[in-house]
Amino acid sequence: MSAFSAIGDGQPTEQDDYTPELEPQATWCPGCGDFGVLKALKGASEELGKSPEEMLLCTGIGCSGKLNSYFDSYGFHTIHGRSLPVARAAKVANPGVEVIAAGGDGDGYGIGGNHFMHTARENHDMTYIVFNNEIFGLTKGQTSPTSPKGHKSKTQPSGSAKEPLRPLSLALNAGASYVARTAAVNPNQAKEIIVEAMEHDGFAHIDFLTQCPTWNKDAKQYVPYIDVNDSDDYEFDKTDRREAADMMAETEQSLHEGKVLTGRYYVEEDRPSYGQEKRAIGEMPEEPLAERYFDDDYEWEQSSELFLDQHK
Amino acid sequence: MTNNELIWRIAGGSGDGIASTSQNFAKALMRSGLDVFTHRHYPSRIRGGHTYTEIRAGPDAVKSRGDGYNFLLALGDSFARNPQEDSIYGNEEIKPLSENLDDLHEGGVIIYDSGLLDASEIDDFDARVEENNWYVYDIDLRNMARDVGREVMRNTAGVGATCALAGIDLDWIEELMTEAMPDKILDPNIEILHKAHDMVEEEYDVDAHDVKIPEGSHDEEQVLMSGSDAIAYGSIDEGCRFISGYPMTPWTEVFTIMSKNLPKIGGVSEQVEDEIAAAALAVGASHAGAKAMSGSSGGGFALMSEPLGLAEMTETPVVLIEAMRAGPSTGMPTKPEQADLEHVLYTSQGDSHRIVFAPGTVEEAYTQTRKAFQIAYEYQIPSIVLYDQKLGGEMVSLPASHFEEAPNPSLGSTLTEAELEDAPHDESGKFSRFQHDVEDGVSPRSIPGQKGGRYLATGNEHQPEGHISESPENRVNQVNRRLDKIDAIHEELQGESHQTYYGPEEATYGLMTFGSQQGTVEEAVDMLNEQGHSVKAIGVSDMAPYPVEEVTEFIESVDEVLVVEMNSTAQFRGLTQKELGQYGEKLSSLLKYNGNPFEPLDIVDGFETKIIEGGELSSTETKFVPAAGD
Repeated sequence: MSAFSAIGDGQPTEQDDYTPELEPQATWCPGCGDFGVLKALKGASEELGKSPEEMLLCTGIGCSGKLNSYFDSYGFHTIHGRSLPVARAAKVANPGVEVIAAGGDGDGYGIGGNHFMHTARENHDMTYIVFNNEIFGLTKGQTSPTSPKGHKSKTQPSGSAKEPLRPLSLALNAGASYVARTAAVNPNQAKEIIVEAMEHDGFAHIDFLTQCPTWNKDAKQYVPYIDVNDSDDYEFDKTDRREAADMMAETEQSLHEGKVLTGRYYVEEDRPSYGQEKRAIGEMPEEPLAERYFDDDYEWEQSSELFLDQHK
Repeated sequence: MTNNELIWRIAGGSGDGIASTSQNFAKALMRSGLDVFTHRHYPSRIRGGHTYTEIRAGPDAVKSRGDGYNFLLALGDSFARNPQEDSIYGNEEIKPLSENLDDLHEGGVIIYDSGLLDASEIDDFDARVEENNWYVYDIDLRNMARDVGREVMRNTAGVGATCALAGIDLDWIEELMTEAMPDKILDPNIEILHKAHDMVEEEYDVDAHDVKIPEGSHDEEQVLMSGSDAIAYGSIDEGCRFISGYPMTPWTEVFTIMSKNLPKIGGVSEQVEDEIAAAALAVGASHAGAKAMSGSSGGGFALMSEPLGLAEMTETPVVLIEAMRAGPSTGMPTKPEQADLEHVLYTSQGDSHRIVFAPGTVEEAYTQTRKAFQIAYEYQIPSIVLYDQKLGGEMVSLPASHFEEAPNPSLGSTLTEAELEDAPHDESGKFSRFQHDVEDGVSPRSIPGQKGGRYLATGNEHQPEGHISESPENRVNQVNRRLDKIDAIHEELQGESHQTYYGPEEATYGLMTFGSQQGTVEEAVDMLNEQGHSVKAIGVSDMAPYPVEEVTEFIESVDEVLVVEMNSTAQFRGLTQKELGQYGEKLSSLLKYNGNPFEPLDIVDGFETKIIEGGELSSTETKFVPAAGD
């Protein structure tokens, strides 16, 4: 019997199950796109029937990190940029748990950029939601890695001299097996994409456009948006790496020209997840590692019986 | 210095197989009944560069590298790139024979490979040989090896010649080679072993010199273990089945041993993008229900400062390993130093706490690594095992029984689902993971996936259910509770001392040290007492919490204390004075920071010239710092 009976218990859930009574009201600014992420995540979790106690939500630091306070599940509010290494190890140790990581664009593409690349490359079976508002919000409006070139702020008073980072292209090149962009102003698409991402057996990256009405008024509401999978103006095969790359490049370019493109950009279904790869080479146990510590019948290996002979 | 021991130095170039040859040789001597201790010296180079291993073997416990050596096997450096005297590394070709030649004891033996080394390139070689009464055997080992098959076998030829001159039974060597070598290379190696041995016996008077292998016997079965082995096996026996890391010398040894063995026992090893990730992964794995560790050396450990603080604040158990090497910055990557003590004690912001053990021997590395896991998982706090390149790499013969301890996979203060049912929850059903009033400050934890255990872990200050709170009352309560854990751990550790005492109970003078210098200090104590001084020693392992009572008692029991440590700023003495708040007039320091560990005579010299006579040290390799007051 599993020591973790919340996993796959199949109990029906409602959106309210994910609302913590301690902090039912989020403290984001009125009109903030972060509300859209919270709502979409609750909707997706309900649709998939995930119990709050089989979910581990790992966040970083920033407005996005507050997601943990307003979403009731097991939570790990880590430190700036480090949600991914914490989250992916949790998945390795206890693979039955539904692991979701979330953070902002500074958190995920700036300070945590190295972890982003390598977690994507390893293709862990998890979902990573990046709240992309093209600004540092909680520290009051500094230029971020996704701010457009020329963006002025108190720390870049003459305007940023840097090209903005291209998150979708980066995820693709790093090795993510599911890459999508959605927007807070598009709640139905957002929920559908999170559902797909959670169901996807691999690293699913969602660049989630979250307007910041307080510090990034230029970006407005990310409307009107176009779904590249539905629009007749765009045709590409999201299972084809090269076509996906072209579509991503156009999407990233057009954002700063006032055209908001969203949708699923890359989906690689048949690639084994990291856990599958590691098990195939005998470097990860078939049974979840965490279960072993609760199994009174397990006969724990002793180093002297296995390894001491070679020292004699 | 006793005549009844062999201190055999095998010297050559990096990549020439010095490490494997010396390991087999050491093990053969151990099996013959001797106690052995190895000391490794190698450059931070890929191929080429002077490297040597000293194997000290005697009938009784050897605890340290020796003072100098009495038998040199100088092989050539086949990768030497700098044959010029004036190049930055000097003439590398000749170094296996020329380097530290004056440390060879009077009456000592030299075998050198005349196929690769030309003794005439060494200043005054013949005169020095005569003056020191050395016995020199120039043998063309390379040519001999070439005749039998391959040049690389000149190591084996050198071992054969050594056995002939030191009176070592070849059976011990053959047995080891048979176990260690694949069939294809075994036969030619055995052939050349005998060929070299027989040639030396025929052509030379092997009894001309006095350097002979002593005889010994063991009461129980022995194993040849390094500090890195002991740390890895201690971790495995505590049920650690997850390690994450990034390569860095010298910590890589532990990481390698774990990576090799964990898959065999259903564990997981993760080599990741950097040390921030490495420590964060260990935290994540532990949070999700595994016993987990990570580690690095100084530079990589600096990156772990963030996840270390996160583990402290979220009360996530984790064990980190720190293998010190000479710093600052990249420093001297392959050389030992004990200068990361303050780094490990104080890194990470805020009033942060962690447990730090600095084992003094290979046995202690095993025992204290196990204790580090027990404390981490029982008290939900990071534990750090602090050691160095010396302890990690030295191989020592020890009774096998020391490592035959039952496993302990307990997750410590972690609840099962059944226990969670009776645990406190808030009205909405959220588990009170961080309760205010609990015994010893320990509030039990749950694991994601358990029914009835959900809570929020956060690096922010938090209330009992984990939600972020800046309430002054809650803040004081949580800080005090976390501090209570330190008091409880301090009390627990007092019951089973990690400190090692050596020498007579009553003595006039004390030597104090921490970590890897313990065995060398003990040898110095023996020498000093034999010379009529009255000296005892304490080797301290608990760096945090500091064993205030034990150290106070030790210092009170003597007139004066010399603190021995491998750094230039007397960090351990500073810690002792800070923790004790007194004895500044009583503690002076003997420091060494040239990249080599202390030899026993360094300490004898420091003690006699400075403590007894108030004179000048005879060597510039060590430095004396007088007591400075409080």
